[in-house]
Amino acid sequence: MALLEVDNLKIQAMKDDGTPVPIVKGVSFEIKAGEVVALIGESGSGKTTISLASLAYTKPGLEFSGGEVRLHGEDLLTMDPLKQRDMRGQRVAYLAQSAAATFNPAITIGEQVTESAVLHGILSQEEATKRAEELYVALELPDPDRLGGRYPHQVSGGQLQRLMAAMALVGKPDLLVLDEPTTALDVTTQIEVLKAFKKVIREQGSAAIYVTHDLAVVAQVADHIVVLYSGEVQEQGPVDQIINHPTHDYTRRLMAAVRPTPTAGMGDDTEHGHGRSEAAIAARGITAGYGGIVDGEPAVTILRDINVEVERGDVVGVIGESGCGKSTLARVMAGLLPSARGEIVLGGKTLAPALKDRDRDELRKVQFVFQMADTALNPRQYIGDILGRPVEFYLGLTGQEKRKRVAELLDMVELPIAFAERFPMELSGGQKQRINLARALAGNPEVLLCDEVTSALDSIVGANVIKLLTALRNKTGVSFVFISHDLSTVGSFADKIVVLYAGRVVEQGPTDQVLSPPYHPYTRLLITSVPELRIGWLEDTMQTREAAAGIARGVEITAVGCPFFNRCPIAIPGTCQLEVPPVRLHGDGHQIACHHTLDEVEESEAGPQQILHGYEKPIMDDDAAKKP
Amino acid sequence: MGPMIFRRIVIGFITLWVVSVIVFFGLSILPGDAAAIQLGQAATEESLAALRAQLGLDRPAYIRYFTWLGGMATGDMGISNAGGATIASLIDFRLIKTLELGGIVAVISVPLSIFLGLAAAMYPGTWLDRILTFGTMSLVAVPEFLIATFLVLIFAVKLQWMPSIAYMSGGESLWEWLHALAMPILTLVIVVSAQMIRMTRAGILNVMNSPYIEMAILKGVARKRIILRHALFNAIGPIINVIALNLAYLVSGVVIVETIFAYSGLAKLMIDGVQTRDFPLVQACAMIFCGTYVLLLLTADIGAILSNPRLRKPK
Repeated sequence: MALLEVDNLKIQAMKDDGTPVPIVKGVSFEIKAGEVVALIGESGSGKTTISLASLAYTKPGLEFSGGEVRLHGEDLLTMDPLKQRDMRGQRVAYLAQSAAATFNPAITIGEQVTESAVLHGILSQEEATKRAEELYVALELPDPDRLGGRYPHQVSGGQLQRLMAAMALVGKPDLLVLDEPTTALDVTTQIEVLKAFKKVIREQGSAAIYVTHDLAVVAQVADHIVVLYSGEVQEQGPVDQIINHPTHDYTRRLMAAVRPTPTAGMGDDTEHGHGRSEAAIAARGITAGYGGIVDGEPAVTILRDINVEVERGDVVGVIGESGCGKSTLARVMAGLLPSARGEIVLGGKTLAPALKDRDRDELRKVQFVFQMADTALNPRQYIGDILGRPVEFYLGLTGQEKRKRVAELLDMVELPIAFAERFPMELSGGQKQRINLARALAGNPEVLLCDEVTSALDSIVGANVIKLLTALRNKTGVSFVFISHDLSTVGSFADKIVVLYAGRVVEQGPTDQVLSPPYHPYTRLLITSVPELRIGWLEDTMQTREAAAGIARGVEITAVGCPFFNRCPIAIPGTCQLEVPPVRLHGDGHQIACHHTLDEVEESEAGPQQILHGYEKPIMDDDAAKKP
Repeated sequence: MGPMIFRRIVIGFITLWVVSVIVFFGLSILPGDAAAIQLGQAATEESLAALRAQLGLDRPAYIRYFTWLGGMATGDMGISNAGGATIASLIDFRLIKTLELGGIVAVISVPLSIFLGLAAAMYPGTWLDRILTFGTMSLVAVPEFLIATFLVLIFAVKLQWMPSIAYMSGGESLWEWLHALAMPILTLVIVVSAQMIRMTRAGILNVMNSPYIEMAILKGVARKRIILRHALFNAIGPIINVIALNLAYLVSGVVIVETIFAYSGLAKLMIDGVQTRDFPLVQACAMIFCGTYVLLLLTADIGAILSNPRLRKPK
């Protein structure tokens, strides 16, 4: 008998007028002991709802309307509520998408991890604490003896995600439910968490439901795949069969939406035919951060000595892990955060550091598009007013002219004019992001600062927004600073890439050159960390020296030396952590900040996986002389 | 955390100082002075001048201010203009009365409100929750004199269980004393509890939508423990603040209730002071009231800081 049998499960929502709306329409699948079953599909496919049914739980507003979910042959849905409560956490345990939101901020980690096992009477507090500490070790969490006494805000996001696994496993459940547990993480953190999950699931012998929209991740962890669309099973089978021989159209469509591994030549290489003489916007020697500024040094430095130029009509992608200072760079350019040192130059003219000292025309030229359209748009204003306000403010248009411009803007972002009379809440996530873009375009800006504008969107919706951005660039000649942690998206869209690490530019240059050797060791780590749609990729990647050196180490923001030192496979002890690396030029505008010469870097990438110790400190300018 | 609490304390002192300036100079610009009131119709220019000199009213305002402020800081609140008694002696007895009444009300209403607020939050939508929500909303909307009047009508006039005034001659037994105070206590408990119940319920329910509460449900935690352990600690900040505001009201805002029940507390003393233009008395009372507010809100702020691990234990 299977461990869990989902049998013709039906779940519905109730509309305000009392009519039911089916959400899950008769789904059946089963899980054997020790097996990992992946539920995949886009948002709205019902995958999270189905996974929660294995805990006999629905989100508020939903209800079970048919079918059974049997654990060891016993139906969970009709079970006595007290028995349901006993089953939760003890026999079936849940891991949510965002550990940061799922951990209670007011309770210590140790208490939260052990709570379920102690409450259900499986373990005494001492036993549970001991088991939790064993799990911390198994999950490779730092400082396992003292971790339990800390509060959630005192550990990193990747650590919290692994702690949630500890929380689920402490009561030795038969079944784990993992709901997009790595989706919100940076690629390098994702690998580390995936590896820990896989190992722990194997060792503990529990079965798992793994919910995700990311096929590349599924290929690494699942034994069996269930493909869902709109609350119905499209196709199911062993992982090898679904990944390598999909039969259903929808599965093939999902496969096509998997982001390609970033490589040179993936971007569109059209010539835009614009003058390349003058930068539209440039950051020169920017140091910025938070807290009081003393002698050009903020109390907390986020960005250090940043030099970036954005040419007219170009798209400059800024990438790096969360916390590297990507958003801060955009905020400095927009004047939201005045820099401590350095200057922002717009069309040859130095701008005042602070927003309030810039004149209206300067404000008009640099516009910001925020990540969360939900919070950036006023929910109590009509779309027409949201767009009309900047039209009036920057262009001085009123009445009929203003309405005409608003209609033009809606047309530009490919939305019907009737949307002017709607509220933001009546729009979908992708439509809201389009309005967010239209608002930024209202005053005919020269530079758009896009901060993770596709990160909160589904991969298919996100791809459509990228298409729109490309069209807008070609039509209006606006320059983009496109911030993202997703190297594939940036690689397919940007003309130039800036790689930030711990507040410094480690590499920048034309997209094709950044995505081909020689790489900065950090860029290489980022590229190798993007999951591939190939079974066994995770194991292969874990064996590379980048993974060995760079994954599962924290980012340290330092004032001296190279910040990547502690994660770099080719670091030179005694040099890299003490001296700021020289910026080496490679061809047309391609810069890499590294103590190694580019030949050494390239050699180390091609050759056997050997850590290069004991190199002499390279001479600063030998490299430029060698390369024509 | 230390510097944060220190900053709150400094801000508290600054607030008190600003209040002292407003209280002192605000009252000095009112027409009529104490000398004229004391001498009444019989005043002559000479006798007025003599009395002003005696009371120190002929000195410049800022010197009088600093003398007064220094006195307040050292506990010497000056001499009453009206009777010549020290203000400390006038206030002493009244302040104890006010603190007695407020203390009893606080001891009853704070645990009661938190209990009822939690009960309503634990079973939202049930008859208990509906009654509490409807009842507290009605009571928040009704002014306190109306509540007091109704209670007097019911318990004193109709049922004749309780006295309608809180008169005490001294030397009562504890039971007699409580019996005499029952009506004002009941009125005040109703007035302050309604707000605190609503705030506790709203604060808890607000937190109940968080993902970490859903996680607790999915871990099989019982609803009672979810409310008491997972939700309450995250909702405590605003609840503490409402409690502090209501306790401050019990010291300074109860004048109407004191008047209705002829209870001679501090608020009533201040009103009497206003009527007799006894400025030093009014100033002293105002400073005590403001001091109470500042102290209680400071306590609430510090409590909120201590209950938040993000502030208590930074990274």
